[in-house]
Amino acid sequence: MLQILMAAVSLGLLWAIVTIGVYITYRILGIADLTVEGSIVMGAAIAAITISRGINSYVAIGFAFLGGLGAGLITGLLHTKLKIPALLSGILTMIALYSINLRIMGKANISLLRIDTAYTVFENMGLNSTISVIVLGLIFITGLIGILYWFFGTEIGSAIRATGNNPQMVRAQGINTNTTIILGLMISNGLVATGGALIAQSQRFADVQMGIGSIVIGLASVIIGEVLFGRRNFASRLFSLVLGAITYRIIIALVLKLGMPANDLKLFTAITVAIALSLPIFRSYLGPIRKSIKRSQ
Amino acid sequence: MLRVNGITKVFNARTINEKVALHNVSFTLEKGDFTTLIGSNGSGKSTLLNCIAGVYSTDRGSIVIDGLDVTKFCEYKRAAVLGRVFQDPMMGTASDMAIEENLALALRRGQRRGLRWGITNKEREQYKELLKKLGLGLENRLSIKVGLLSGGQRQALTLLMATLKKPKLLLLDEHAAALDPRTAKEVMKLTDRIIGEDNLTTLMVTHNMRDAINHGNRLMMMYEGKIILDIKDKEKQKLTIEDLLVRFGSISGEEFADDQTLLS
Repeated sequence: MLQILMAAVSLGLLWAIVTIGVYITYRILGIADLTVEGSIVMGAAIAAITISRGINSYVAIGFAFLGGLGAGLITGLLHTKLKIPALLSGILTMIALYSINLRIMGKANISLLRIDTAYTVFENMGLNSTISVIVLGLIFITGLIGILYWFFGTEIGSAIRATGNNPQMVRAQGINTNTTIILGLMISNGLVATGGALIAQSQRFADVQMGIGSIVIGLASVIIGEVLFGRRNFASRLFSLVLGAITYRIIIALVLKLGMPANDLKLFTAITVAIALSLPIFRSYLGPIRKSIKRSQ
Repeated sequence: MLRVNGITKVFNARTINEKVALHNVSFTLEKGDFTTLIGSNGSGKSTLLNCIAGVYSTDRGSIVIDGLDVTKFCEYKRAAVLGRVFQDPMMGTASDMAIEENLALALRRGQRRGLRWGITNKEREQYKELLKKLGLGLENRLSIKVGLLSGGQRQALTLLMATLKKPKLLLLDEHAAALDPRTAKEVMKLTDRIIGEDNLTTLMVTHNMRDAINHGNRLMMMYEGKIILDIKDKEKQKLTIEDLLVRFGSISGEEFADDQTLLS
């Protein structure tokens, strides 16, 4: 059982990076960005091909990040310059990335068995593979939260946050909202690709199909984090995202343990997210009922 | 300070719904002019303001602000020289961000934004002083979210934001219209004070004839996309609502009809 929990925590930490990326578009910019489904694979593909060609695994993660920035840039340009709705822009980039990812890898699947990955350093210190993932995951997450906390406090970062809140006001303050939207999408997809690179190395393969449902998993983690761990200020929000991603993985591990067939996972995730997203509606129905019950007492 | 040269704006051109919102409109605002712009619904006053702000592009004519031709500039570029307050109190501020964050965004209007910290402690002191002058008790609530403020408080804050960095031209788009009468009066008082202190060139759109007459040194009236009245200084001081209604009637051949005017 502990084994299963540790595995869930390690996977959750890596997915937390993807979750933070999803949070930036979904909550800060107010866009559901489907590019994620392609950029997570792109990160994995770039990492896998570069590592298998003998490039240092950390440099490979850097390349993956750059690839993700590029994917976000494309979606951003489609949305802002060509005025294609955000959702559709994301879908277009996602579909395009499927072909691009196949080109990057040259085939549908690359194995990273018996190759040095980013985790090898820690494994060489005598840690087992799960603990190595947790250690590196924590290092990445801590650094990331620090950098993002700083960035979203800067002038540019504030402008990006305000763009999701009230673009009209932001333009009236002399800020080009096209630029802030593109920047937000780039950072988001850069992080998602970084997450993809780390996930591929931990599972020791990259697969062109591995992105399916990742946006939903990301959203599920964001919402679980907000519901369970609060959303007071920016720093605590970032932490709640990490806890949300880990909680999601633990839930999945538990339902699998309880005997749910693995093939039903995506259905389960979709239902979870649908329920979580509709909570405000249920509350608005329940609110008056609760009040009338109170009144009648 | 502001020169509008023959601007024309047509909505839905070459369709059955074609509407000429502005018809060859020209006027000049001198430095320090506080002009009220009045007109009934659909007269084109808000369209004119939005054309100056760059929300809409114009079909013909040019707009020059302080010697700079901004006709081809998009909205965010023009914002460098403009201060704007909107009718909807929700429009002028970012509700999920703190009062101080909103002010900090406004203080950097027209500047390049970089990776410097978004708010400095020195600014906070400045904001406190300025908010104290509003008399709304906001000076001790710098870090609360703007979404928690009332409509009047938000408009007062928006007004402060629009003038934090002195604009060449202040555009007020019926900024007191959505407020209750008492709050509207407060906001108008504050408007007068802020404009007076810095001698700001201002164009204020309003529905309210009394406001149009009681504020500013100049009054323009629009009708069917044209400016039909332009009354200045001494003449404006003597102006009454009755005068205005008579003059509107004799020019347009219609009665000035507007729910808000009748109610006020």
